[in-house]
Order: sequence, then C-alpha cells, then structure tokens
Amino acid sequence: MRYLAVFILSLVFWLLLTFSLKIPNLIIGGLASLLSAAIFSDMYFKTPSKLLQPHRYFWFLIYLAVFIVECIKANFDVAYRVLHPAMPIKPGIVKIRTTLRSDFARTILANSITMTPGTITVDLIGDEFYIHWIFVRSEDPEIYTGMITGLFEKYIKRFAE
Amino acid sequence: MNDMITVILICTGVLFNIFGCIGLIRLPDVYNRLQSATKCVTLGCCSILLGALIHFGIGSAGMKALIAIPILFFSATVAAHALIRGAYHFGTGLDKRTVKDDYKNAVK
Repeated sequence: MRYLAVFILSLVFWLLLTFSLKIPNLIIGGLASLLSAAIFSDMYFKTPSKLLQPHRYFWFLIYLAVFIVECIKANFDVAYRVLHPAMPIKPGIVKIRTTLRSDFARTILANSITMTPGTITVDLIGDEFYIHWIFVRSEDPEIYTGMITGLFEKYIKRFAE
Repeated sequence: MNDMITVILICTGVLFNIFGCIGLIRLPDVYNRLQSATKCVTLGCCSILLGALIHFGIGSAGMKALIAIPILFFSATVAAHALIRGAYHFGTGLDKRTVKDDYKNAVK
C-alpha cells in the first residue's frame, strides 16, 4: 500500500515533468518510479489510508489559499522594513509550543512559519519551535504563539494529522 | 493580453528580487538577512515562473515552470532553516538591537 502510494506519486510527477505520453517515456518513468518506491517507500506515508480521505484535500486547498495570501503579505512586510530609511526592526528568538503530533504536520508547520511575515524556524526541540522574528510585537508567550501559529495550526491539523 | 500579464508578473518578480538583494545589504546580521533572502527572493522567483507559465501556456515548458514552484518553496524553506541553525551553532552573534533570545538556554 505504502509502496503503491510512492510509486503512483513519482509516476505522476514524472509524467507532469516530461509532459508526453509516448511508450518509451512511460517505460522509463515506470522503471524510475519503481526504483524510487523501492528505496524510499519506508520513509514516507506512515498511514497511506489518509491519502484516500477526500475531506483532507478540501482542507488542504483552504490552507493553500490562506498560505498564499499570508506569503504575499510577508513579502510586502519585509520589503517595507528593508526600504524604510530608519529600518524598523526589533529582532528576537522566541519559543512557541505546538500541539501537532505527527512529523509530517510539524514539517509543514515549520515551512509555513518560514514563509510568513518576519519569522524563520530556527529549531524544533521536543514540542517547542524556536523562531527568529524580525519584529517582536509582544512579550507575552500566549499572544505571540497565537500570532505565529494560530492561523495555520487549525488547518494543518485537519489535513495532515 | 497574455503578453501584458507576462510582463507584469516578470517585472513584479524582478522588483521583489531587487528588494531581497537590498535587504541582504542593509539588514544588520545574518539572521535578518536570511529573512529577506528567503521571502522576497522566493516570491520573486515564483512570480517570474508564473510569468513563464502564462507565456508558454500549458505545455512542456509551462508545466516545468509550474512544478518548479512547489520545489522552490520546499527547498528555500529547508535551506533557510539549515543556514540559520548552522549560523547559530557556529556562534555568529545576534545584532545589538535584538530584544529576546530564548534559544540560548535550549542549546546549552
């Protein structure tokens, strides 16, 4: 099952990348996908049955929309700080606690944090993310946890946990 | 019409790449510089790739541009994380304007 999921994903990726349905192309793609599935299938998809639940895709699309909006906002925010003559920055490394359990969900959350306004994930130790913030808006852990992860965590929990 | 959208997207992309490079020079320390290097440059490149997609249409070249976007997102975020963590463990100092450092206690 796990093997099949990796195989299908790599084959789809290959077909999109080469964008032709000729027989030699399909054979090469099939062989390459078999090889990558044989090598990497025990690293991905601990529970492949989750891939067949349609509501996860729905939440993924909503998350994607939220993420793109946040990402564009992040760019204007950084561009403003860079171009402002006085450079309004107040950097710091803050610690936030996450409620997500699975590795996949945590990876997605860390990547989202890196792409959103003024924050980069520095490290993950146990349950705690360490985050470099270009402008520390608040000193209270509860408030800044909500500001950084609040938006994404609820969507990621629905599609990746 | 398509040409116009292509030009607008590529110009936006180049503009954001320039902002990223200005940030790389102006900001004070490695951590803040990585912020501008990841965010502005990633969106700039995505914008240029979208321009390429619209110019070539859905085909062999356009599809490659579209696939490059998620790959760019993942590689940029992972590279930024690796660089910033590496810089901290190497002992690069934070800027004097830094107000908070929770990571110091965790590393020891």
